[in-house]
Amino acid sequence: MKRLLSTFALAGAFGLCAFGAQAATKLEQVKAKGFVQCGVSQGLPGFSNPDDKGSWTGLDVDFCRAVAAAVFGDATKVKFTPLSAKDRFTALQSGDIDVLSRNTTWTITRDTSLGLNFTGVTYYDGQGFLIRKDKKVNSALELSGASVCTQTGTTTEQNLADYFRANNMTYEVIAFATNDEVVKAYDAGRCDVLTTDRSGLAGERLKLTNPDDHVVLPEIISKEPLGPVVAHGDDQWFDIVKWVLFAQLNAEELGLTSKNVEEQVKSATNPEIKRLVGTEGKFGEGMGIGNDWVVAIVKQVGNYGEMYDRNVGPDTPLKLARGVNALWNKGGLQYAPPIR
Amino acid sequence: MSLTFDDGTFIRNEMVQPLPPPRRQVGALGWVRENLFSSVLNTVLTLAGIALVALILPPLVRFMILDAVWTGENREACLGPEVGACWPFIKAKFGQLIYGFYPIDQRWRPNIVFAAGILLMVPLLVPSWPLKRLNSFLFFVIYPVVSFVLLTGGNIDASAFLFEHFGLIHSFVGDVTMAGVNATFWVDYVLTAIAAAAFVGGLLALLGGSGTGAARTTLWVFLAFGALVLAWDIDFGLPYVETRQWGGLLVTLVIAVTGIVASLPLGILLALGRRSQMPIVRLLCVVFIEFWRGVPLITVLFFATYMLPLFLPSGTNPDALLRALVGVALFSAAYMAEVVRGGLQAISKGQYEGAMAMGLTWSQMMRLIILPQALTLVIPGIVNSFISLFKDTTLVLIVSIFDFLGQLRASFTDPNWATPVTLYTGFAFAGVVYFLFCFGMSRYSLFVERRLNTSHRR
Repeated sequence: MKRLLSTFALAGAFGLCAFGAQAATKLEQVKAKGFVQCGVSQGLPGFSNPDDKGSWTGLDVDFCRAVAAAVFGDATKVKFTPLSAKDRFTALQSGDIDVLSRNTTWTITRDTSLGLNFTGVTYYDGQGFLIRKDKKVNSALELSGASVCTQTGTTTEQNLADYFRANNMTYEVIAFATNDEVVKAYDAGRCDVLTTDRSGLAGERLKLTNPDDHVVLPEIISKEPLGPVVAHGDDQWFDIVKWVLFAQLNAEELGLTSKNVEEQVKSATNPEIKRLVGTEGKFGEGMGIGNDWVVAIVKQVGNYGEMYDRNVGPDTPLKLARGVNALWNKGGLQYAPPIR
Repeated sequence: MSLTFDDGTFIRNEMVQPLPPPRRQVGALGWVRENLFSSVLNTVLTLAGIALVALILPPLVRFMILDAVWTGENREACLGPEVGACWPFIKAKFGQLIYGFYPIDQRWRPNIVFAAGILLMVPLLVPSWPLKRLNSFLFFVIYPVVSFVLLTGGNIDASAFLFEHFGLIHSFVGDVTMAGVNATFWVDYVLTAIAAAAFVGGLLALLGGSGTGAARTTLWVFLAFGALVLAWDIDFGLPYVETRQWGGLLVTLVIAVTGIVASLPLGILLALGRRSQMPIVRLLCVVFIEFWRGVPLITVLFFATYMLPLFLPSGTNPDALLRALVGVALFSAAYMAEVVRGGLQAISKGQYEGAMAMGLTWSQMMRLIILPQALTLVIPGIVNSFISLFKDTTLVLIVSIFDFLGQLRASFTDPNWATPVTLYTGFAFAGVVYFLFCFGMSRYSLFVERRLNTSHRR
């Protein structure tokens, strides 16, 4: 009997943290529990990393806050689950998280075979090269015969091989198991070039003894569009997450910033801005959230440009120029469908 | 003095003072000759050892102390060609390394838990201090409950959950709450307790055992569990801190201590079960032990965290830390069982036979004769398991629980502290912290061994 009871006790303890309500749609579920559960990385400089105060910061993190602002009108109603590269999709499939915003490259395999939907591109990344300034190399096409440091078992190595073969260049690869080893080897001069995603290069550069002696070459040899992901099966939620990013891009395009958004709500005459801030039309309601969703996003998180500058922009230690991530009308790739 | 006779006979009537031993055999010099340079091999080993220390120690001291940076606000302080450890980084991240993402204004709660843990554990570990029984009761029964309530915030509505899922009268009455207490649950609970006690008592009385004794035991179990539920349910006004926000050393210690405390009794039970005469019990124990020993801890954690929710009925989503805790505890219990079994097998048959000849029951024999000897024999093995468990806790990082090392790794990615030495500084600090804990455990085990094992000492 005692044994039976202890079994019951164990079962009870097991279920204690159960979520009570089972709502029909993802949006209702999220609203019922009162926060957005967002999967981020376990630490990637500028995209998601804990700061000195122990709160998560970064571009991916701020996107999650924007989703929370859209759904609840409150950017703080979000909780973060740090995930490793291996278990990020499992966590999304099992419903452990609502949104995955973890520097995930959008590829056809992931989009079509894992039961997931990519909602957009928050950052156009691509593989690049870091080299010492005193090597006097200005283009990756001059790298023939170079020794290249990279991490084993990643797509980086494959892209590298493809690029050098396509351009009829020779190279020697020096591969290491972890990123930190790669950086140390490069810093110690064991190879001429270090290659990884350009956003990563900016972070790695800071770990070098003299960061200013190194330069990132202009060539990008692979496409790595990074974006948020949601699970299949709920188109309304998919729409909301998708349009949060579009709203941030539209806000930047129309000059809406966290400083002037409230003023614009009152005084805007431009119909595009009026539709964006919800004084005209009922676009928010159409998605099942408030009509002032964009105001909440821009006020609390900022438009895309503000989000970018705060986390990875030229004034941060990472010093990443906008480049291809500039708006389409400023020579970049970031383009959002209109709100109308 | 001495006497000299006329015939030249010389008689000494006093002992000659012994000469001091040769100087090369006493004092520091003698010790060195005896212990360090007694043979060729010994001399070579000594010189190699000195060379090794000379090779490692100076750069270590230079990095950790002499060249180290002690003050600074961000990465700028730790840049430079000849910079050692970047201690301001550890200082800036210290709170996170200890508490993880635990809210800063609530950190007094883990502080109390730490302090109470030390206050209760130290007297328990010092053998000469009195009140061991009360102390263990406080440490093993009261302390976990208090810690749980303090760390999570309590008020988790356990009664409502139990009532909904196991309540006998739930379908007739529904929830009635009086003064914040789920009244119907407690009515139901008391009824269940009485019914269960009557049932057990009646059954045992029918079978010819002591009915009242069994009924009383059942009531006690219900009483204890009821007290637990009540403690969980009371609203102390503490804000809820979910386990996702825990991290750092707090999580390392929670997992290690829970694993250690749970694995020893479980392991002893499993070891006894494996050596039991009862075939079903033996089979179950063998299957359990071999299953858990055959699966890597990483798989266990991964399964518990990501696979389990897929199999459980939707809506039940056990807490991630709880899942990892149960996984670690069961895993280490299986290893502990084999350690204890080793001790049991080392006890000669005569001890069992002697105990039985004295007319002791099985449980008396185990408790008074066999286990004390067996456990004493395997103290090194047990502590080995504890230490490896303590270090294995770092594996929870793969299921996104940030223990001490995980929190450190996350801190490395802060671009405000990215310097060439950040990585080395962090791991040097982690090494010191882990060493302190593991070395402490190992010294304590040596102390206990020496105390208990006097007869076997060489």
